[in-house]
Amino acid sequence: MLKINNLHVKLEEEDKQILKGLSLEVPAGQVHAVMGPNGSGKSTLSYVLSGRDGYEVTEGEATLDGNDLLDMEPEERAAAGLFLAFQYPVEIPGVGNMTFLRTAVNAQRKARGVAEMSSAEFLKAIRAKASELQIDAEMLKRPVNVGFSGGEKKRNEILQMAMLEPRMCIMDETDSGLDVDAMRLVADGVNALRSPDRSFLVITHYQRLLNHIQPDVVHIMSNGRIVKSGGPELALQVEEEGYGDLLAEAG
Amino acid sequence: MSDTAVQTKEVTPQVSGAPVAADALQTRLDAMRLPAGGFTAAARADALRRLRDMGLPGPRDEYWRFTNPRDFNAPAPAPISVPEKMQDSPLFQDLDRLKLIFVDGEFDAAASDSLAHEGIEIEMLAQADEVADHWAKGIYGSLEAAGQKPVNRPFAALNTVASRDGMLIRVTGKPSKPVHIVHRRASEDADVTWHHVIRAEEGAELTLLETGMVGARSNGMIEADLARGAKLNYIGARQAVHQKLELSHIFARVESEAQLKAFVLSVNGTLMRHETIVDIVGDDALAHVAGAVLGDGNDGPFHHDDTIFITHGGLRCESRQVYKKVLKNGAEGVFQGKILVKPGAQKTDGYQISQALLLDEHSQFLAKPELEIYADDVVCSHGSTTGAIDETALFYLRSRGVPKERAIVFLVLSFLADALEEIEDEDLRGQISDRLEAWLTRHENQ
Repeated sequence: MLKINNLHVKLEEEDKQILKGLSLEVPAGQVHAVMGPNGSGKSTLSYVLSGRDGYEVTEGEATLDGNDLLDMEPEERAAAGLFLAFQYPVEIPGVGNMTFLRTAVNAQRKARGVAEMSSAEFLKAIRAKASELQIDAEMLKRPVNVGFSGGEKKRNEILQMAMLEPRMCIMDETDSGLDVDAMRLVADGVNALRSPDRSFLVITHYQRLLNHIQPDVVHIMSNGRIVKSGGPELALQVEEEGYGDLLAEAG
Repeated sequence: MSDTAVQTKEVTPQVSGAPVAADALQTRLDAMRLPAGGFTAAARADALRRLRDMGLPGPRDEYWRFTNPRDFNAPAPAPISVPEKMQDSPLFQDLDRLKLIFVDGEFDAAASDSLAHEGIEIEMLAQADEVADHWAKGIYGSLEAAGQKPVNRPFAALNTVASRDGMLIRVTGKPSKPVHIVHRRASEDADVTWHHVIRAEEGAELTLLETGMVGARSNGMIEADLARGAKLNYIGARQAVHQKLELSHIFARVESEAQLKAFVLSVNGTLMRHETIVDIVGDDALAHVAGAVLGDGNDGPFHHDDTIFITHGGLRCESRQVYKKVLKNGAEGVFQGKILVKPGAQKTDGYQISQALLLDEHSQFLAKPELEIYADDVVCSHGSTTGAIDETALFYLRSRGVPKERAIVFLVLSFLADALEEIEDEDLRGQISDRLEAWLTRHENQ
């Protein structure tokens, strides 16, 4: 589904190389985790894939279902089935959560040539998904992420994911700032969305999120590259030993 | 509050330049049909005397440095074509309200609802002014005169001199529906002046809405006198005729426990100056004034000026000034706002924010925030910012599939939200918000 080949990326403003030949493939239905120390380029990877300004791809490619992602605008990538769950979801005062999400859902449907959802259909769908995620209906009426706790913001991200039904979900440090209960709720939400034609790339510092979202493959990232890949046991090894030995071993 | 202004310029007060020559004023006056006045005769004569003393403003006058008064000084405005089929703004149309129509500034009784309504007495200045005495006698021109210190406001004095019509509203209770003034245009070169007087008696409450198209040039005024515990909500939203030249004034006197809330929406207009002067004379009173402005220079030159002066003279009073301007394609915005806290006005809570969202590098915002405080136990803050669209928020919306132009509409509405929050009534606020959204959608991709 997601194929990244020899990706080189630098910061536009600083002329600083962040990704230095990263290759990765996530087949349909799988959950891959990307772990790595601070500064290894994990967040850059998620931003470059979803199309944030400020990064320049100098070499390599990234495709989703064979379509060149890097040539698309962010909204085109979303319509193509890509979703980024933000580490820090943005607060947007004065814009209702519901209005925003319905606009997003219908913009994507329109881009895909699917009939737009009526208000009634949308309301019914979002109420059902919100209740599964234990999101208060009152929260839907509030402005986007305004006054939400850390856990609520992350659950709101999962709600958006559930409504947008992406093919490929990238989760950028979704566990940051969450207590154990909140993390479990978020993980349950993600697990409920797992399916044979949906894939996940879970970016995280810590192994603990992976206790709740079982990955098929774990990649260790360092200095802009994947240096080692393996099964879930790799995450446990990081948790016990830290990155030091692994990185030394990978050279 | 931090001041992250990029293009905001603050200027220090400067001695006024020489007033525009007296013959320019005479030419301006000669072009108008001045009413003699009945009960207003003395106020008009006084205003004329004051106007002759101060003269018309020049571009070097301290409070006219950011807004060139030339087109307001000219004897007549350039004509603006009147569309064959005039339509009222859709704003507030489906509301249960008392609808009063003014055509080129004159009341159109046939097109309006009956003036009789419980809790409110409405008369028209043009008729009432035929008699020598009236309850409005003590107010007409007197709040305006009081608001001339320490800053000269020549066009306000001109308004008092020249207004032929307007409403005299005495609120004695809590009328069950709002009063809605709808302006319509009839002639291409209408140079319209109107003057409303509002007296809200003790504990009375009124919501006043004002919409529609005014003339090629207009000079409107509301003098509002709020007795103890009275409440006035005002929402103004003039319809878009881009070439219009518009001056508007609100002079309010707020007694103890009274509340004034005023919100003005401005979309389009070549040259607009809105002056709001509030004198809080009692204790525990409140005055919130707010404005949202959308200007697109692609429709023609756009210049919008909000000039605010709030005086605190009582104990424990609260004032807020919340002004937001969205400017693109060379549009210009100005904010001059002052909070004056008089000696003894302790426990004053004064707040002022003026912000501009510049959607390109050609637009500009000039702000002159001022605080003058003569009491030692007060909380007053002011801030002014000029900024661009927040790239992180824009990316967040787009990453969910919202197209860029639509995402910008969302972020503009988000920027304006604080100003709209000052509209208390949720339904009215929603209608204003819808109108903003419609304008923004029409101006996408420009």
